[in-house]
Amino acid sequence: MSVDTERETTTPASTASPKGVLSKRDVVPTISALIAATGVTVLCTTAFGMTNVIAVAVVAFITFVAMLWLAEYLREGDDDHVDLVAAELTDDDPNWPRTETASAPALKVAPEPEWSVENDQPMRRRNIRGTDVVEAIVALGAGYAFAELLRIATRMQSLVGFGIWWGLAALFVLFLLVRDRADTEAAIDRVVAACVWGAGVAIAAVLVWMIAFVVAKGLPKLTATFFTQDLSKVGPLTPGGGAKHAIIGTIEQVAIATIVVVPIAIMTAVYLNEIGGRMSKPIRFIVDAMSGLPSIVAGLLVFTVFIPTYGFSGFAAAIALAVLMLPTVTRASELILRTVPDTLREGALALGAPRWRLVQKVVLPTALAGLVTAAILGVARAIGETAPMLLTALGSQHTVTSPFGQPQSDLPLFVWSLIRVPNKVQNDRAWTGALVLIMLVFVLFITARLIAGRSARRLRRTS
Amino acid sequence: MAVQGGELAAAGAEDVPFTPVDIPTGGDRAYVILATAAASVSLIIVGATTFFLLDKARPALQSAGVWEFFTTSVWNPTVGRFGVLGLMIGTTIIAAIAMVIAVPLGVAMALFINEYAPAKMRSPLTSMIDLLAALPSLIFGMWAFFALQKHLTPIANFFSTRLAVVPFMRAQGQSLTQSSFIAGVVVAVMTLPIVTSVSRDVMAQVPREQCEGALALGSTRWAMIRSVILPYARSGIVGASLLGFGRALGETIAVALVLSIQFRANTHIFTTGGGSIAAHIATSFGEAGPLERSALVAAGLALFLLTFLVNFLARMIVVRTVGEG
Repeated sequence: MSVDTERETTTPASTASPKGVLSKRDVVPTISALIAATGVTVLCTTAFGMTNVIAVAVVAFITFVAMLWLAEYLREGDDDHVDLVAAELTDDDPNWPRTETASAPALKVAPEPEWSVENDQPMRRRNIRGTDVVEAIVALGAGYAFAELLRIATRMQSLVGFGIWWGLAALFVLFLLVRDRADTEAAIDRVVAACVWGAGVAIAAVLVWMIAFVVAKGLPKLTATFFTQDLSKVGPLTPGGGAKHAIIGTIEQVAIATIVVVPIAIMTAVYLNEIGGRMSKPIRFIVDAMSGLPSIVAGLLVFTVFIPTYGFSGFAAAIALAVLMLPTVTRASELILRTVPDTLREGALALGAPRWRLVQKVVLPTALAGLVTAAILGVARAIGETAPMLLTALGSQHTVTSPFGQPQSDLPLFVWSLIRVPNKVQNDRAWTGALVLIMLVFVLFITARLIAGRSARRLRRTS
Repeated sequence: MAVQGGELAAAGAEDVPFTPVDIPTGGDRAYVILATAAASVSLIIVGATTFFLLDKARPALQSAGVWEFFTTSVWNPTVGRFGVLGLMIGTTIIAAIAMVIAVPLGVAMALFINEYAPAKMRSPLTSMIDLLAALPSLIFGMWAFFALQKHLTPIANFFSTRLAVVPFMRAQGQSLTQSSFIAGVVVAVMTLPIVTSVSRDVMAQVPREQCEGALALGSTRWAMIRSVILPYARSGIVGASLLGFGRALGETIAVALVLSIQFRANTHIFTTGGGSIAAHIATSFGEAGPLERSALVAAGLALFLLTFLVNFLARMIVVRTVGEG
C-alpha cells in the first residue's frame, strides 16, 4: 500500500525546466566537479608538496573538466533508461504544453528486448554494474577530498574522525549522484544499502581488529614454558613463569561445570519439549530470563550459598559457571530436540515403546550431534567468564590441582589480575593468557560448527 | 467419503475412533519425575538467588537503611553508610549509550545478513556474530582500554567541544578517558550479537510473499524494508533492544577495565568517571570487609532484580512476535 504512495510523491530529477537554462542535472555535476577539483588541489599542495601555482591550477582545471566529462558520460552511459519526458519534448507533441496529468512523474522503463523463444531467459536480479562502480568511486573520491579539506582547515588529528567525515561526505555525494541519474527513491535506497554494507564491514573489521590486537600483543611471549610453569617462583619483574596453574584451574572448573550442567540442561529440555507439562511455560520463561543473568550475580549467589561453609575453591567457581551455562545449554538443547522429526516419535510409540524408551532410544540419539554442539557452545561461553571467578575461585599463584578446599586460579583470573598492574612483564603475561583464552574459544567454536555442519548434512541426506 | 464412512459404520458398530491412552510404566514415572526435577532446578536457582542475596544483604541494608540505600550516593564502609543511587544511574547511562549505538548497528547487521549480503556469505556472517558473542568479556575490556580508547577520545573531544550546549555532553576541560561513553561503546559491541540475532529471527518471520509483492510493485529494496519488514518486525526489534539493554546493565568485566568508578552520578558522559554496579562489585569485592561485602551483595540484588525485570519484559515482547522459539 504505502509503496504506491511513496512512488507518487517522489519527483524524478527529469521534471526539471524544459527550456534547460540551468537544470538540476547540470548543477549537481558542476558542484561535484568543483569539490573534486578543490580536493585534488589540496591533495597536490599538502600530500605531494607541489608549490608551483600554475601547475596546481592546471591539475585542478584538468580534474574539473574530467569530472564534468565523467558526469556527462555517466548520463549517456545510463542508456537502459528511457526518459519519457525528454523523449516527449523532442517530438512535435500536439499536446504541448502539457496538462497537469501529462506531467505526472515520468516512468523510467528499461527497453524491452525483442522477445523470442531463444532469449526467453528468467530475468536476473539487477546486480552491480559499471555505473554503480563509477558512482561509488566518484563518491569516495569526493568524500576523501572533503575530509582532507576539513582535516587541513581544522587541523584534525584523529584518523577515526577523518574516516567518519569521509564516510558522511561520500554518502552525501552518492546520494546526489544517484538522484541525478535516477530519482530520490533510488538514491535513498542506494545510500541505505551503502550504510548497511558499511555496518557489516565495520563489525567484521572490529572483530578482526580485536583478535589481531590480542594476537600481536600475546604471541611474542607464547612459549612452551608458558604451559609448564606457574607464577609461584617468579617475581613480578622477572621474566619467565607461565600459566600452568591457571590452565589447570580452567580445565577443572569448566569440566566440573559441564558435567553438572549437561544432564540437567538436557533433562530440562526434554521436560519442555517431550513432556510439556503444566509448568513448561513458566519454566521456559525463567530459563529465558536467567540467560540474561549478570555473571556477577551468579558469583554472588555462590558466594552467599557455598563460600560461608566451604570456603573459596575451584568447585565453587564451577558451580557459578554451571548457573551461567544452564540457560544457554537448555535453550540450545530444546531447539535441537524440536528438530527431531515427529514421525520418529510416532513410529516408536506405534511400536509400543514407553515414553522413556522413546526419549532414550530415539529422541536423544537422533539429536546427539546437536546436543554436543549445544554443550560445546555453552563451554565456549563459560570459559572466559571472569566476574564470578573473582567471588568464588579467588585466584592463586601456585599450582592447585584439587578443586576443593582452597583458592584456585584460572585463565580469566590470571589475565584479570595481571592486566591491572602497571608493570610491563605482568601485562605481557596477561596478553599471552588472553591469547590462550581466545585460542581455546576458537577451537571450541570451530569444533561445535564442524559437528553441527556434519549432522545438518546428514539430516538433509536422510530426510 | 460419506459412503466410505457409512460402509465402515456398517462393518462394525463398535468401530469408534480409538483414543490413544498413555499407560505409564514405572520407567515412565521415573523419567517424568527426573525431568521435572531437572526443570525445577532453574526455578530453584532463581528463588535461591533472591532469598540468599536478601539474607546476606540484610546487615548492610540495616546499617544504611533500605530507603537511604536506594536514594543516596555514598560508599563509606567504615561508618556503614551505603547508597547505590549514583551507581544505578551510571549503570543505566552506560546501558543507554550502548543501546543508542547497538540497536541501529544490530538492526543494520540483521538486514545485511538477511537482505543485502550474497547468499554465500550468510552462514559465515552468522558465525561471525556468534563468535563475537562467544568472545570473553575480558578480551573486549582489554581491547577497549588499550586499543579502542585512544581512537574514541577525539570523537568525545569533538562532541564535548562542538556540542557543549547539550548538558550531558559538556566536558569543561576535564579528562576524556575512562568515561561512560567509552564503556558504553564497548558494551555496545558486546550486546550487538544478541540484538542482531533476535532481530534476524524476527525479520525472518516476515511473510516472504509480502516482501516479494512490494518488490514486484516496483519498490526499491529500502522501500520494501521500510514498508514491509520494519513495521512487521517493530515490536520484535523493541524486544531485542530490551534484551540487549538487560545484558548491558549486567556487563561486568569489560566495564570494570574501562571505566573509572565513582559513586556520585556523573551525567557528563564524556568525562572520566561513571557508575556501574556490576563493575563496582567486581573491583572492590577482593579488599572488602564483611559489612562492605554485605553492601555489595545488596547492590548485586538490586542489579539482579532490575535485569530480571528487563529480561522478562523483553522475552514477553519477543515471544509474542516470534512465538516460542
